[in-house]
Amino acid sequence: MGLVLLVALVAAAVAFPLDGRIRLGLDLKGGAQILLRAKGTPDNPLTEDGIQRLLAVLRNRIDQYGVVEPQIQRQGGDRILVLLPGVEDPDAALDLIGKTALLEFRSVLGASPELPPGPERRNYDSDEAYNAAKARWEAIKAQADQVAEEMRKSAPEGSLVAKGEDGRWYLLGRPYLTGKELKDARTSFDQFGRPVVSLKFNDAGAKLFDEATAQNVGRQIAIVLDGVVVSAPVVQERIRGGEAQISGRFTEAEAKRLAIMLRAGALPVGVEILESRSVGPTLGADSISRGIRAGLIGAGLVSLFMLVFYGLMGLAADVALAVAVTLVMAAMVLLKSTLTLPGIGGIILTIGMAVDGNILIYERIKEERRGGKTLLAALDAGFRKALTVILDSNVTTLIAAAVLFYFGTGPIRGFAVTLSIGVVASVFCNVVVTRAILQILMGRRRAAL
Amino acid sequence: MFNKSSLNIPFMRYRRVALAISAVAVVLSLLLVLTRGLNLGVDYTGGVLVHLELPREAQVGDIRSVVSPRVSGEPIIQAYGPRDFMLRLKSPSEAERKAVLSVLRERFGDVKVLKLETVGPVVGAELKSEAMVALALALLGILLYMAFRFQFRFGVAAVLSLVHDAAIMLGVYSLTGREVSVSFIAAVLTVVGYSLNDSIVVLDRIRENWRDVPKKGISQVVDDSINQTLSRTINTSLTTLLPVLAMFFLGGDVISNFAFAFLVGIGVGTYSSIYIAGAILAEWFLKSPVR
Repeated sequence: MGLVLLVALVAAAVAFPLDGRIRLGLDLKGGAQILLRAKGTPDNPLTEDGIQRLLAVLRNRIDQYGVVEPQIQRQGGDRILVLLPGVEDPDAALDLIGKTALLEFRSVLGASPELPPGPERRNYDSDEAYNAAKARWEAIKAQADQVAEEMRKSAPEGSLVAKGEDGRWYLLGRPYLTGKELKDARTSFDQFGRPVVSLKFNDAGAKLFDEATAQNVGRQIAIVLDGVVVSAPVVQERIRGGEAQISGRFTEAEAKRLAIMLRAGALPVGVEILESRSVGPTLGADSISRGIRAGLIGAGLVSLFMLVFYGLMGLAADVALAVAVTLVMAAMVLLKSTLTLPGIGGIILTIGMAVDGNILIYERIKEERRGGKTLLAALDAGFRKALTVILDSNVTTLIAAAVLFYFGTGPIRGFAVTLSIGVVASVFCNVVVTRAILQILMGRRRAAL
Repeated sequence: MFNKSSLNIPFMRYRRVALAISAVAVVLSLLLVLTRGLNLGVDYTGGVLVHLELPREAQVGDIRSVVSPRVSGEPIIQAYGPRDFMLRLKSPSEAERKAVLSVLRERFGDVKVLKLETVGPVVGAELKSEAMVALALALLGILLYMAFRFQFRFGVAAVLSLVHDAAIMLGVYSLTGREVSVSFIAAVLTVVGYSLNDSIVVLDRIRENWRDVPKKGISQVVDDSINQTLSRTINTSLTTLLPVLAMFFLGGDVISNFAFAFLVGIGVGTYSSIYIAGAILAEWFLKSPVR
């Protein structure tokens, strides 16, 4: 008994107060989990060095974005897992990680007519007016596409046909300079109060930009980001200072992200986002409070059931259940396991399964009593005979949990962990704790059993 | 909630009926899965799942009319609350996701993304094959353990009743059109592990009573064993169902979906471990008796 009390007290001391001691998964505390694959191209094949540089750029971007305790793990040859706790805008996180951010300045050799946004039905009074507008728009689009097709055919070596954010197609010459020649990039606002990204080139870049603007006075220079023309301003005069501005159609947050990506540099190899899962912090907090409520109510119902059906022995089972749950929490803290949302489900399920062992033992005791054994002998036989069944049945649950742990990722793994810990804790509580409590009760109130 | 000492329900008298009902249920489930199919979630099909919070109340129709023209394939839109919506897009393409969010913001103002999951086709296919391997491995592991602990026939009876449970769970998911996600597979595996507990209790008792077979006959021995263990089988299932019900009603959408699978699985599992495992054993023994 002394041992049982000691175990329970130590477990309680380890586990409480729970706040901050249990490591929460990203699905509970909020954050983004992104799985990337580095993609080589024939021109830029994947090398070990390339992946190392990719990791460095990603780390740099994430640090500059201000994520606390990010994790960047390499998985296998070409996969990278990025964990970003506390990120509130999952969409922004995907941009930050997945965008190559290759910046180029190119001359504009030709452009298609501007394509306005397509008509929307709610802006028109009748179906006819809408259909007519739509037909006109289709015609312009076909024309623009044809120009693009011709540009592709006639495109000289080193040039690029790219779409602009304004809907035009552009035929672009060789890049004058790229993001590699940048020294710094910051967000600021233009005279209309719109967010822009201000660039500062390094010495080589300043010289190249000087030459480019000198050659193109009165003509357009396209600012191309990842193959899309962000803007194509007309050069008013030669620019000597090595500074430029990108004004695109972006929000302040987007401008800030772009500046970060330009400062951290382009990704040395392209990446593909294989999988991403992110949860906002409010949803995570909501999940926790709902989980706790469901768990408490479930535990209350189970305790009541045991009390009603097994009386004083039920009370012993309830105490054992409380010890089991405390042990699960303590084990989570000690093993530094991560609690996930399905993991909470696993703990609640454990609450129901933990008393199963007690029921097996108690029913067996009742049976032995009916067979004519004395209370003490029945208790002894009950524990002894029920033990094999309890072990058998829990081993099979452990087999299932082990398979889940091996195959599952993140949240499901969390479920497998809490389920396994729960199973082990409940067997201990069934067999050892319940028995100790019953022995004490027996010593005091033989008649009650 | 059986607490009587002298229950004597003649289960085995109706074993053929029970086996027939179960066989029909399993066949129907498999047919449903083959014809109607399962509502596979983004985990397996690939695609995008977005949980949105709008600044004002809206109807599913409003969102559909804005989103549909922007995406390939029909999006699935579910209301979680007056301002909470779940969107499922077929294609994991970034351009579509961006387009959808920007039209929604244009229309409704400050739309908050509470949850965003994108799964590419590569990972979807991987998760699918992992689920298959995991199910097969778990069944194999349990079969091996049963073979080690019990006679061969006991193991086969237990595993058949597990396959029965898993098939019916799939059938119910096909029928109700609930989403099959990674957590559903986790629930199936857990139910497989858990439902075996009850079968083991019954089988263990049959093994204990085995020496009575020459005297009483197999049917009577199985009946006795089921009756002797009935109160614990039902009580253990009930105590597990109580917290599962709490999860189902109060746990929030993710946990609730998880709990639904347990609810079905534990219900079917309790029936199958009371009836099916014993009935298979009895039928088999009557065909070709062993000591």
